[in-house]
Amino acid sequence: MFEKALKGNKYYWMWLAFLGTFMAIAAFCYVRQFNYGLGLTGMSRDVSWGLYISQFTFLVGVAAGGVMLVLPYYVHNYKAFGRITILGEFLAISALLMCLSFIVVDLGQPMRMLNVILHAQPRSMLFYDMIVLNGYLFLNILCGWVILTAERKEVKPPKWIYFFVYLSIPFAVSIHTVTAMLYCGLPGRHFWLSAIVAPRFLASAFAAGPALIVVVALILKRVANFDVGKKALDKLATIILYAALTNMFFVGLEFFVAYYSNIPGHIHTIEYLFFGLEHDGHVYNNLVPFMRMFVLLFVVGVALLSIPYTRRQSDFWLGAGCTALFISLWLDKGIGFVLGGFVPNPLNEITEYYPTANEIFIALGIWAMGFFVLTILYKIAIGVEHEIEA
Amino acid sequence: MDKKRRDFLKIAGATTLAGLGGPAVVERLVTGTSPAQARAGHGEHPVAHGAKTHTAASGHEDNNAPTGRRLGMVVDLRKLRKQPELMEKIVHACHAEHNVPHFPNKKDEIKWIWRTKFENAFPEHSDYYKDKLTIAGDVLVLCNHCDEPPCVKACPTRATFKNKDGIVAMDYHRCIGCRFCMAACPYGSRSFNWRDPRAGLDMNHINHRFPTRMRGVVEKCNFCAERVGLGKQPKCVEVCGSTKAMIFGDLNDPDSEIRQVLKDNFTIQRKPSAGTHPSVFYIV
Repeated sequence: MFEKALKGNKYYWMWLAFLGTFMAIAAFCYVRQFNYGLGLTGMSRDVSWGLYISQFTFLVGVAAGGVMLVLPYYVHNYKAFGRITILGEFLAISALLMCLSFIVVDLGQPMRMLNVILHAQPRSMLFYDMIVLNGYLFLNILCGWVILTAERKEVKPPKWIYFFVYLSIPFAVSIHTVTAMLYCGLPGRHFWLSAIVAPRFLASAFAAGPALIVVVALILKRVANFDVGKKALDKLATIILYAALTNMFFVGLEFFVAYYSNIPGHIHTIEYLFFGLEHDGHVYNNLVPFMRMFVLLFVVGVALLSIPYTRRQSDFWLGAGCTALFISLWLDKGIGFVLGGFVPNPLNEITEYYPTANEIFIALGIWAMGFFVLTILYKIAIGVEHEIEA
Repeated sequence: MDKKRRDFLKIAGATTLAGLGGPAVVERLVTGTSPAQARAGHGEHPVAHGAKTHTAASGHEDNNAPTGRRLGMVVDLRKLRKQPELMEKIVHACHAEHNVPHFPNKKDEIKWIWRTKFENAFPEHSDYYKDKLTIAGDVLVLCNHCDEPPCVKACPTRATFKNKDGIVAMDYHRCIGCRFCMAACPYGSRSFNWRDPRAGLDMNHINHRFPTRMRGVVEKCNFCAERVGLGKQPKCVEVCGSTKAMIFGDLNDPDSEIRQVLKDNFTIQRKPSAGTHPSVFYIV
């Protein structure tokens, strides 16, 4: 089926070349980082995880979000998702490839990566994260490919594949739960030490993943003559809306616990993220604009998805609403959650983190790589759909 | 016929596996030891160690008397406060002994033991209406060599581990540089080699008895495991000498000097609420 990715119009090739440019720049920047060390990033002793791990955390959510299509279609036999489900499975594949790349570029000694298996430590959450992420990647490649092949031959998919489809559902939940456990099991990091981290991650994932799928589906409708159907998009908008509201509810609960209990450790990071934290006469607030934008875009996105006109009558406003929510949730989890957790440090000192250009280009390149893979996978999937119709 | 043979082989294989693996699994379940502890030579139940233990959490502490050593330290801030130059000397001696690089840029900073203010070392203590001495004097902070180290639990490759004498040590050749341990440490005791550490060292004056590190690995105070193994005191304790500003010894030995000091003085530990059971005590 790969041959379908090799035929396309000039816009297809231009898009791939555009992404390829960013990938090439990132490769160059990574060689620099590999030769010098992670000192080329903005990370420090106090903020020891930066853009890479925060992108990783967010993208695990995007990958897990695909389950919001798989579950209604395969478990509840919701036929309207017939054409869109493959988009969710293939999105999971590219999101997971981005996740794994972000982990690798974050390692100080990437050549020793296999030590995680050779000297496995089953008490470490990273060990389980490795298992579930690779497992979910494998399941999505397997299910996506087998089902698409069956579709192409216009036969029913083999029965055995449904075992793996159903298995992928708990795996989707587990990838984000285990990723949350990387953070919420650490003593002395008050902002992360919260039992609601995993549910909050899942809620934001179930909004962010489908939101991206809606945007991509709307683009495919225009550029690839592939319509997933109004009913599917409308149902997806409902899912996104509820999941996003649930995430905001959980954020609100964090606020309540911090401010009502008045425990300094719980308040500090929230103060730093949303209002700026005063410390020794200086106000530290470099993440405040991002977090305020998170709230603003959340309100805009929820409004656009709630008002019947913007949601049902206009593809543009539906797309805008989903884009707003996707960016909003990215700011929340892909920026604030990870970076904020390091402020203040365990000695109650404050170091602010600013990513370097080299670091930003590597991160951009990995995103470009993800969309490169996504484009090719969608090209194949849509090529098959068109072939059947023809 | 063929089918039967296959079935036979399956059963034989399963039985062999069970025979090999079963007892080990059962043993582990019964003793409650995880492989990591077993590998670190930490045969007895971790709860049974040392002075500050949460015995209530374990139902069988009686048959787990503290047999091994648990090395610990008392830092006497009263004495250090009187001679701040001694603190400088300690920090310098430790870093020279272990080839800890010096980088002027704070972003690249690596430190094993360092001076900080009281409210930074003990952020959970009230700092309203502090006395003059607490305001004036700094505190020396280092790795606490916790009895329940969160960094050891977090490390995905067992590159950081707990020795049977209680020292939390690092294998620089196994560390993959994921920095999970740095996120896990509630004391900020760990540093990462963001760049080649030799660039921050005067290579003509390095200590050849201790290795320099490579970039991309985590490092921290090792309680001078390399010196303790030869029967010497840690460098910082040696520098303090007869001032007795730092005392090092076996917390599990009731007759040791350190136990005597702990008996005679009121001591505090950093962030006891984190449940890590630090082995470093402070006399304020």
